[in-house]
Amino acid sequence: MSRSSSLRGAVAIVGIGDTEVGKLPGRGATELTIDAGARALRDASIDKSAIDGLITSNSMVDPHMYHAEMVAEAMQIFPRYCMTLAAGGATSFAAIHHAASAIATGLCETVLISSADNLRTGLTREQAMVQQSSTGHPQFEAPYGAPVPVSYAFIAQAHMHQFGTTPEQLAAVAVTTRRHASLNPNAEKRGLIDIGDVLESRLIADPLHLLDCSLVSDGGSAVVVTSAERAVDHPERPVYLLGAGEGHSHEHISAAKSLVSSAAAESGERAYAMAGLTPKDVDFAELYDCFTPVVLIELEDLGFCAKGEGGPYVEAGHTALGGRLPTNTHGGLLSHTHPGNPGSMFALTEAVMQLRGDAGARQVEGAEVGLVHAQGGILSSHCTLLLGRDAS
Amino acid sequence: MSAASGKPAPRPTVETQPYWDGCRSGELRLQRCAACEHVQFPPRRFCASCLTADLRWESASGRGRIRTFSVVRHPISLAFAAEVPYVVALVELDEGPTIMAGIRGCQIEDVEIGLAVEVEFEQRSDEIYLPYFHPC
Repeated sequence: MSRSSSLRGAVAIVGIGDTEVGKLPGRGATELTIDAGARALRDASIDKSAIDGLITSNSMVDPHMYHAEMVAEAMQIFPRYCMTLAAGGATSFAAIHHAASAIATGLCETVLISSADNLRTGLTREQAMVQQSSTGHPQFEAPYGAPVPVSYAFIAQAHMHQFGTTPEQLAAVAVTTRRHASLNPNAEKRGLIDIGDVLESRLIADPLHLLDCSLVSDGGSAVVVTSAERAVDHPERPVYLLGAGEGHSHEHISAAKSLVSSAAAESGERAYAMAGLTPKDVDFAELYDCFTPVVLIELEDLGFCAKGEGGPYVEAGHTALGGRLPTNTHGGLLSHTHPGNPGSMFALTEAVMQLRGDAGARQVEGAEVGLVHAQGGILSSHCTLLLGRDAS
Repeated sequence: MSAASGKPAPRPTVETQPYWDGCRSGELRLQRCAACEHVQFPPRRFCASCLTADLRWESASGRGRIRTFSVVRHPISLAFAAEVPYVVALVELDEGPTIMAGIRGCQIEDVEIGLAVEVEFEQRSDEIYLPYFHPC
């Protein structure tokens, strides 16, 4: 067994905090980062003086060279472990992985992870477009005028070509996710949609329609992570980290070895191995859904269905509440919120709510084990976490 | 730096200048590693396969096949607004590497995965000629 198995059950999430999400004019990224952090501290019932580790992600709207130090200064926190993480969409979960490692090795005891941005109201439309195109290689991709959705459309097109996946199956991801969002009072988009609504929404980049694409939002989210020994002192039920794994395969989509498989297969395998669990043990999943085709690839790569079967799996209703694997129970990036780097944090706080049994109308009955997965770039960086109600 | 069109124009670096020089003379160039024969794109100072630095420039066939593509319906900026809809693809060159490029010279409906294509160049500025592909 690898040394990494020593992280299993070693740490727990004892506090969560989400800010309001959507359009928050007049509220800056730094303020939202602190707001989320303060909420997580309150939820954990601990004073900020107990925080000796801090992890943040940089803001696209208001970037800082020493972002985590800036936040520490603003919150008057004096950590002995302090870092700004950058792995795009996978940042938040990689942060948990790093926090767990730091706690397990004694670098620190209690870590606050807070992430926020205000992409919706903080950027002008032109700035947002420039930001989007800047993810492409400046010399070899950006000159062709291909915004981020095009790169994900490449993936969808390849999946359709190779496996016969249909636009209706992609749309089923958006429809299922919206149904979950309708049960979440904090979700931005709560009105029910059907397959026709998705297919009739504006084509952005073939085959992706507007409703195949995630939101652009303001908001922040934070968690407090501490050792399993300390976790028992907290009033809310601790949620334990059972497994964590990462996989990194490329930076630019033109350098991807495969357009239909991703390093989610590796990150998932590593997380399952650490936890000693298999896909069959997972009661619900929160997957990165920046665009609908990504969910299909993640379902396949994480072992919930065979490669190429993601479309039929979603179409059959397996990812709906009440199905085999309720997925994106809060409404995901498609319907709940997507402020950029912090986007996946809301999937994490949702998973904690599900495992505490606090998810209200969208509660997964008997949820014991949840899988959360995030990816950044264009299927570039991946992080999978397995979380449980019990430490083993 | 943007060209007069307002479209983003590549800024060549010491690593990529010979590539852009090739494009300006109507030639698509790739690097081949003298040590391990690996052919690579984009241009780098080191071979991405064996990490040695003895890379030779060679003229590529300029031919390949569409690995995947999309049709941009919603322009990324005003500079591209007049051109929508347009096709952007990943082209797997006959020599192996994949390159992102625009596809022209055919109806959008005729673009498909596997389509054989050949390079052409669009002048973006005095210095920059950008590779595009058309069916061959």
